[in-house]
Amino acid sequence: MGRRLILTGNDAAAEAMRQIDPDVVAAFPITPQTELMHKFAEHVADGDVKAEFVLVESEHSAMSATVGAAAAGARAMTATSANGLALMWEIVYIAASYRLPIVMPVVNRALSGPINIHCDHSDTMGCRDTGWIQLYSENAQEVYDNVIQAVRIAETPDVLLPVMVTFDGFILSHTAEVLDGLEDNVVKKWVGEYKPKYSLLDTDQPMTFGPLDLQDYYFEHKRQQVEAMRNARAAVKEVGKLFDELSGRSYDMLEAYRLDDAELVIMALGSTAGTTKVVIDELRAEGTAAGLLKIRCFRPFPELEIAESLKNAKAVAVLDRSVSFGAPGGPVHKEIRAALFGSSGVGLVNYIYGLGGRDVSMDHIRSVFKDLETIAVKGTPTDNIRFLGLRE
Amino acid sequence: MPGVKQLAGRKELMAGGHRACAGCLPMTAMRQTLLTAGKDTVCGCATGCVEVVTTIYPYTAWRTPFIHSAFENSAATISGAEAAYRSLRRQGKIDKKINFIAFAGDGGTYDIGLQALSGAMERGHNMLYICYDNEAYMNTGIQRSGGTPKGTATSTTPVGKVVPGKKEFPKPLTEIMIAHRIPYVAQATPGFPKDLSDKVEKALAIDGPAFMNILTPCTRGWRYPMEESMEVARLAVETCFWPLFEVEHGKFKVTRKPKEKIPVAKWMEGQGRFRHLFKEQNKHIIDEIQEEVDRNWAWLLKREELTQS
Repeated sequence: MGRRLILTGNDAAAEAMRQIDPDVVAAFPITPQTELMHKFAEHVADGDVKAEFVLVESEHSAMSATVGAAAAGARAMTATSANGLALMWEIVYIAASYRLPIVMPVVNRALSGPINIHCDHSDTMGCRDTGWIQLYSENAQEVYDNVIQAVRIAETPDVLLPVMVTFDGFILSHTAEVLDGLEDNVVKKWVGEYKPKYSLLDTDQPMTFGPLDLQDYYFEHKRQQVEAMRNARAAVKEVGKLFDELSGRSYDMLEAYRLDDAELVIMALGSTAGTTKVVIDELRAEGTAAGLLKIRCFRPFPELEIAESLKNAKAVAVLDRSVSFGAPGGPVHKEIRAALFGSSGVGLVNYIYGLGGRDVSMDHIRSVFKDLETIAVKGTPTDNIRFLGLRE
Repeated sequence: MPGVKQLAGRKELMAGGHRACAGCLPMTAMRQTLLTAGKDTVCGCATGCVEVVTTIYPYTAWRTPFIHSAFENSAATISGAEAAYRSLRRQGKIDKKINFIAFAGDGGTYDIGLQALSGAMERGHNMLYICYDNEAYMNTGIQRSGGTPKGTATSTTPVGKVVPGKKEFPKPLTEIMIAHRIPYVAQATPGFPKDLSDKVEKALAIDGPAFMNILTPCTRGWRYPMEESMEVARLAVETCFWPLFEVEHGKFKVTRKPKEKIPVAKWMEGQGRFRHLFKEQNKHIIDEIQEEVDRNWAWLLKREELTQS
């Protein structure tokens, strides 16, 4: 039996963490992640969880302690946002390289400067090459479901990579939604007990973690990481299927919404996908063949599936909630362009939008679809990198 | 507490064949520490000489579990491992007693790792943090650190026409750790192995965080003949430049009081890094260092008197 819950995104992540009940959680407060940790702290204070809760003095130490805990055989988690993630950066790479299956909710927020506490994806997009699996969430339900799935994805034996579950700061983290929760024992059984192959605490079989890896072997170890990330594709899909069997909610790397016969397609991540769905319903009622291709899993990137999903589209707009300075478009757009390389006919346009929490309205989305009508006829425009909702 | 002979009879936990320089006292400190701590010890080390010379893949000199993560986070990393241990022990998944030791050099402790160290000590993890203090960033080529003595010639404080080496006195790190009011703080050096070993044993036996600052002369950085390492370490103590003492729950105890307090210049003259200070125009710097040593020593004895009574 499921449970009907009313939770903010932060509370949904904390609820999933309570049910997963990791061995160690190390964290440092940063807006808008704070309430996630407040909620988890309440679970600790009430004795609802067995986790050792390590309240470190910085995000750098949060990730370092999480790495130490995971290397010691614990199921370990942390959570952060924006500048906190930036401060962790060095150790974010190390966590992935050491193949530690850490799960970290990241509440998306703009990077400084200037300082801004609201949503964009510059934090997690900035670490798209750190070797972490990245799952983006559209709503509180997905936050909850993704955090639970992330544990099994990360711990898949031929993967062993950390997972970031991202969700939009304030837009999702601080707004309450209705969602379906699973029973505690169901989650506990489904995530199972973590049985690491190696642990620092196994003093009878001492292991050295993090040796100096020079010209002789570093390259081969990076190759193994590449392979693990490849294996993660199957793991994300497989865990998504198993989760469907458990909950009745299916997950894949992508989600198509009214896409089959869509000619005009928006691609988006996070909460904007939800806004786009509403606009699509309206446009469909008006007779426009609009559709959405939502990216749930940005790392590993599902390029083949994207090319296949867009093969009937006439025009595609990629919405990027972050900017890649000096690059040919936002980070998502660049990868879509690469995925579509060689596909003939489809007009492609990029919109940078919503930086620093700038609201994206249904009218904005509608204007994008309007642009796509022209692009569907004329093909990729010369001004193919545009700004949405910007005063110029 | 075991004597040096007993320790020498124990199984070596730091394998030979690592790539440290001949005469490297940081490695002697590691060896003495591990012989005392025993095999059920999880070790971490910051980026630095010790990490580099002991773990060139696919080899490791560590016969205990070991983790290196980065330069500034030895304390945070081991605090995470210790948290995992506490959690798993509470859940009944592990029951043996395990020691946790975080190592870092002076660069990784006085400077870039100070925040993580302070945080880990304040949080009360049951761990020992050992700073192997060789008074400069030796691994990257002898650059000055916050622990480098005044007047020292280093790669970033070279002796030039107008600058006679490092201008500042070192940060009083041991004092900073005493100010954290943790259960145990001590200074040691491998030049006095029994003293070092006793302190490690005590630090590990105490419930809660412990800190040791271990002076470990570096033949390359300090520029003295490699066979003199132990003598250089001992002389640092006999001149009271590096007093051996411990602070246990606030009580000071000086563990070695030199019969005759030797002038600090006797310790400095054997080291190339101080050679320029013996020129006439720089001798006032030696006087300043002597004054600082005298002041620190007197204050140490005073605090022993105040807290032991």
